[in-house]
Amino acid sequence: MSKQIDMGRRKALSTGGIGLLALFGGASLLRPGAALAEWNKPAFTSKAVEEALNSLGATNPEESSIFIRLTVPEIAENGAVVPVGISSSLPNVEQISIMVDKNPNVLAAVFNIPEGTAAEVTTRVKMGKTAHVVALVKADGKFYRTSKEVKVTAGGCGG
Amino acid sequence: MGKPMKIRASVKEGMTEVKILMQHDMETGLRKDADGTLIPAWFITEVKAEYEGRTVLDAQFGQSISKNPYLMFMFKGGSAGEKVKISWIDNKGDTRSDEVTISA
Repeated sequence: MSKQIDMGRRKALSTGGIGLLALFGGASLLRPGAALAEWNKPAFTSKAVEEALNSLGATNPEESSIFIRLTVPEIAENGAVVPVGISSSLPNVEQISIMVDKNPNVLAAVFNIPEGTAAEVTTRVKMGKTAHVVALVKADGKFYRTSKEVKVTAGGCGG
Repeated sequence: MGKPMKIRASVKEGMTEVKILMQHDMETGLRKDADGTLIPAWFITEVKAEYEGRTVLDAQFGQSISKNPYLMFMFKGGSAGEKVKISWIDNKGDTRSDEVTISA
């Protein structure tokens, strides 16, 4: 049953059928147009940074700590809440992504930056243990990355 | 329907800064409860920010984003009194939408 509903929603999304859209209006809230990308499941279920990079179309990004500023604490006492700030001085930044290389699912977030929005985001991530936070920036169609280690004294994934 | 967000938007020197605090458990699907049963994954997958009908930020989240996600970003333009709308959807199809008035 739930599968049928899901397929119905997908159909509604792809065809834009008004009846179906009305039926599943709540779930379609974020998809008024086709401009938004679907949640990138292959990228968000990646178990390794390389795999996530491939899923994002970012094979061999250029290492650059000059063009990307990654702000993370050196030591995180609470791995459940680690502040991460990423900004870039590159022109035409289109996308900013955050990864944690030792987490079970490495990709934490992908931000699509429209024209007029600053290439600067701040959020908070969970870290299971000491790991590298990787910042990936796409500018003018090209990918750049940098990373920093965060020492975690108490893991943030519970269990 | 999700719990309300706390949003602040303020404009300074032509840039509007938006700070958002969402209320969501962001369950990874890897944690176990007291009986040892896995707690199913439940997390926000997409967040969108709109100003004057156009998208100013479009984000996708994974399980690694902290519980009660925080997000800060800035966009060009915006005037005091205008509104910014934030919406999210989670992997169960639950949604939440809130609006805030830009302050000077």
